[in-house]
Amino acid sequence: MEIRADQTNKTPFTSLQMRNVCKRFPGVLANCEVDFDVVSGEVHALLGENGAGKSTLMKVLYGMYKLDDGEIILNGQPVTIQNPTVAINHGIGMIHQHFMLVPTLTVAENVALGLPSSKGPLTDLDVVSERIVQLASTYNLKIDPSALIWQLSVGQQQRVEIIKALYRGASLLLLDEPTAVLTPQEVDELFLIMRQMTSDGYGLGFISHKLHEVVEISDRITVLRNGRKIGTQLTSAVTKQTLANWMVGREITFITSNDKMDQGEVRIDMQAVSCPSQRGTEGLRHIDLQIHSGEIVGLAGVSGNGQLELAEVVTGLRPIKEGRVLLDGEDITGLIPGQVTEKGLSYVPEERMKDGMIRDFNISENLILREHHKWPFSKKGFLRIPYINEHTDKLVEQFRIKTPSRMTLAKNLSGGNIQKVLLARELSRSPRAIVAAQPTRGLDIGASEYVHEQLLEQRKLGTAILLISEDLDEIMALADRIAVIYEGQIMDVLPRLTATKEDLGLLMAGVHPGETIQN
Amino acid sequence: MSQSKKLTSHPAKKRFAAVFDSFMPIFATIAALLVGAIFLLLLDANPITAYSALLEGAFGSFNAFAETLVKAIPLLLVGLGTCIAYRGSVTNIGGEGQMIVGALLSTWIGLSFTNLPGWLMITIAMLAGILGGAVWGGLPGVLKAYFNVNEILSTVMMNAIAVQIMNYMLRGPMIDPVQAEAASQIPQTARLEMAYRLPRLVPTRLHIGLLIAIILAVMVYVLLWRTTLGYRIRAVGQNQSAAKYGGIDVKKHIVLALLLSGAFAGLAGMMQVYGVNYRMITDGSATGFTGNAGFNGIVAALFGQLHPLITIPASILFGGLLVGANSMQRIVQVPSALITALNGLVVVFVVSSEYFRRRSQRKRIAFIESEDEGKPPKERSEGLGEAAS
Repeated sequence: MEIRADQTNKTPFTSLQMRNVCKRFPGVLANCEVDFDVVSGEVHALLGENGAGKSTLMKVLYGMYKLDDGEIILNGQPVTIQNPTVAINHGIGMIHQHFMLVPTLTVAENVALGLPSSKGPLTDLDVVSERIVQLASTYNLKIDPSALIWQLSVGQQQRVEIIKALYRGASLLLLDEPTAVLTPQEVDELFLIMRQMTSDGYGLGFISHKLHEVVEISDRITVLRNGRKIGTQLTSAVTKQTLANWMVGREITFITSNDKMDQGEVRIDMQAVSCPSQRGTEGLRHIDLQIHSGEIVGLAGVSGNGQLELAEVVTGLRPIKEGRVLLDGEDITGLIPGQVTEKGLSYVPEERMKDGMIRDFNISENLILREHHKWPFSKKGFLRIPYINEHTDKLVEQFRIKTPSRMTLAKNLSGGNIQKVLLARELSRSPRAIVAAQPTRGLDIGASEYVHEQLLEQRKLGTAILLISEDLDEIMALADRIAVIYEGQIMDVLPRLTATKEDLGLLMAGVHPGETIQN
Repeated sequence: MSQSKKLTSHPAKKRFAAVFDSFMPIFATIAALLVGAIFLLLLDANPITAYSALLEGAFGSFNAFAETLVKAIPLLLVGLGTCIAYRGSVTNIGGEGQMIVGALLSTWIGLSFTNLPGWLMITIAMLAGILGGAVWGGLPGVLKAYFNVNEILSTVMMNAIAVQIMNYMLRGPMIDPVQAEAASQIPQTARLEMAYRLPRLVPTRLHIGLLIAIILAVMVYVLLWRTTLGYRIRAVGQNQSAAKYGGIDVKKHIVLALLLSGAFAGLAGMMQVYGVNYRMITDGSATGFTGNAGFNGIVAALFGQLHPLITIPASILFGGLLVGANSMQRIVQVPSALITALNGLVVVFVVSSEYFRRRSQRKRIAFIESEDEGKPPKERSEGLGEAAS
C-alpha cells in the first residue's frame, strides 16, 4: 500500500538524511557532527544513554530546536525546518514521550485540535471520526473516536498520538522512548504496529536507551554518546555487547545475581495487609509477602497497581487499614516514618525528587534528612556542621557522587548523581531492610549498573530487599523471587530461576498462565 | 573543532549579574520613586526638592537617623518573623494583629504590677509580647496545619479581631483611670512606670530595642541554618513529602513557623509601647498603633531577600524611606495621601522585582547546570525522574 498523503499533496516519503548536524546550547554542544538517515520502510533506532543527545537530534528534525550547523535533506531536497508546523507539512510526525493530549476531550476532538475544519467555523468531528476509524482499522489500533482520553490506558493514548500523526499526513514518524510507559504486551502490540507501518513504506525513527528493544525492532542502529555519533550498524550485524560498550564508552558487564545466597530468616513480613489508595479506592487487598534476610524480592507490575501503596505501607508513610507488617518479628504497623527509619528500614522512593530529596537543599542537607536530629549529626538541637561536612565528603567519595562541591543544590545534580546521594543516605545507615522503588528509572546504563551493584552488595550483607520495578529485565537480573502485583493483589510469587517473561507478563495483566483469556 | 567552538562562559559577567540581582530591590525602589516623581509633578511640586527633603529627613542629621532607626526596629522584628515564615513556606500577613496582641498583653502586665525592678519587668514584658504574638500567629498555624485553612486569609482576619480587642480594651478594662473620669474618654492606657521603659541608647528616642533586634537577627540566622528546628522548618517549607519521609512532623512545623513568626511581631508590638510611646493609644484602626509596621516589615524582609542578616540594612533603608517621606510631606506641602501612594508604589515595585530576580537566578542556574551536565537547559527542566534522553 502506498502512503496516502492526507489532504495535502506531499510527495511520498523516500528518504531523510541529516548531515553534520550540530546543535549548541549555551556552554554545551548537544549534537556534534551527527549523521542520521532514515529510508522508507525501515526502523532506524537512535540508541544512547540519557543526555547523549538523542532527543535533541529528533527535536532538531521536528523543528523544536534550531539547527546550528549541518543540513537536512528530505527526499533528495534540502529543507529548512523552523518549527513543528513546517515539520508536519513535510510529513514528519513525532510521538513525544509525554503525550500531548487533552484528557477531558474525546479522541476525535484531540485529533482535530489545531487543524482547520472542513466546515469552516463549525466542527467536522464526524468527518474526523470516520477517518480515524479508517486509519485505526488499517493498523488494527482499536480506538473508539468518541472515547474520552482520560478513560484510555496509557498504551491506548499512545495509539491516539500515532493516529494524530498519521491523520496529519506523517510519513516519517519519530518515536521518543515510546515503550517507557508500556507493559510487555503493549510493547509487543506497538512493535506489531510499527512493523506494519514499515511494510507500508513509512520511515520510523525510534529513540530508546533499552538495548533489547532496539535490537528487537530496528533494522539499523545508530549509537550516540556525548552528542557524537559513535557508529551506525545493521541490527543483524551487531551484538548487544558491542552496542552497550559503544553507549557507555567502556566495557560493560551485565550484572546478574547468579550466586546463590544463604537466605536467613524472614525480615519483612506482611500479613494480610489492606489499605486504601490515593483516590480512596482499594489500594492493597490482603497482601501477604515475606522477604528474607539476604534476599531480593522483585515486585513486578504495571504502574499504578498498588506498588506505591505497598512501599508506603511498609515505610510507614501510609496508614494500614487491615493486617500488619513485621520487621524481624517486631510489629511495626502504625509507626510513623521516623520510627520505621529508627528500626532500620531504608526507602528509595520512586519519585526521588518529590519524595526523597529536597531540591533546594544542598548535598549535605539532603544526606542528613533522615537522621539530622540524632548524634553525631546534631547535639542539643544544634547541627554539628563540621561533622556533617566530613560525613558528606566521605559519602561523596565512597558513593562516587560527581559534584562540584558539597554545597551544590540537589536540583543542580544530574539524575544519576541524585540517585547516588539518595543511595548514599539510605545505604550508609546499614539498614536491615530496603524498599527500593524504581531505583534505576531514568538513569543511564552506567548509573543503573552502579545502583544494581549497590543493591547486590547489600544483599550480600544480609539485608532484605524489596525491589519494585516496571523493568522486567531489571527484576529478572536481580531478584531471587518475583512477586507480581495486579490491582492491589499479589497474583503469584515465582522463583526467578523458573519464571519466564511470558508468564510474568500474563500475571501483570491479571491473568494466571494456563487460564484461558476471556474477553 | 568542537572543543574550541564550545562557548566559553564569562565568570565576570555572571558575577556581575548576581550582584545586579541582589541590588534589584534598590533599583525597584528608585523606579518607584521615579514614578512617584510624576505624581509630584502633577501636584506642582519639584521632585528634586521633594526627594532631597526625603533624604535629608531620613539620614540628614543625627536626630533624623536616630528616628529612622527607631522606625526600623519594628520593621526588622516583623521582617525576621517573615523570614522564618517564608522559609517554612507559610505566608504571615498577620503582623499587625500579632503586634497589637503582643503589645496589649505586655502593657496589661506592665500596668498591673508597678513595684517590680525595671529589668525584671522589661524581661517579663518582652516574654509577654512574644507570647501574645506567638498565640496570635500560632492559631492560624493550627488552623492551616490541621484544618487546611488558608493562612493568608486567617492571619488577615486575625488582624481585624485584634484591632477590635484593642479598641475594646483601651475603651474599657485598660483605659487610663484619668481618662475614665474625664469627659473626653480618650481610648488610651495609663503611662508605664519610668523604670519600665526601655533604656535609650543616645539622647534621642532610639532605644535598646535596636540592639536586641540585631542580636535576634543573628539568632534567626543561626536558628534557620544551624539548628535542627530550623532545618526542619526549611525542609517542611521546601518539600513536605520529603520532610515527612525524613521523619519530620510536617503539621507541627507549619504551626511552629507561624508561631515563631508571630512571636517576633508580638515583640515588635511590646517595643513600640515600652520603647517609644510608653502607653497604648488607639484611633480605632490598627495603623494608629502599628504605623503599618506589621505590613511594612514584610516588605523590609522582601527587601532583604528574606535573609535575616540582609533584613537588618533593608529595614533601616525602608525605615528611612518612611521617616523621610514624612519630612518631605512637611517641606514640599503635598497631601499625606501621596506619602501613602509612594509607600504603596515602593511595595509593588519591590515585590514585583522579586519575581524578576528569581527568574534571572533560575536562568543563571540553568546556565551553570548546562555547563556541568553537558545538557541543554531546556531538557533539564523537564524533570529528572524521567527517562528523557
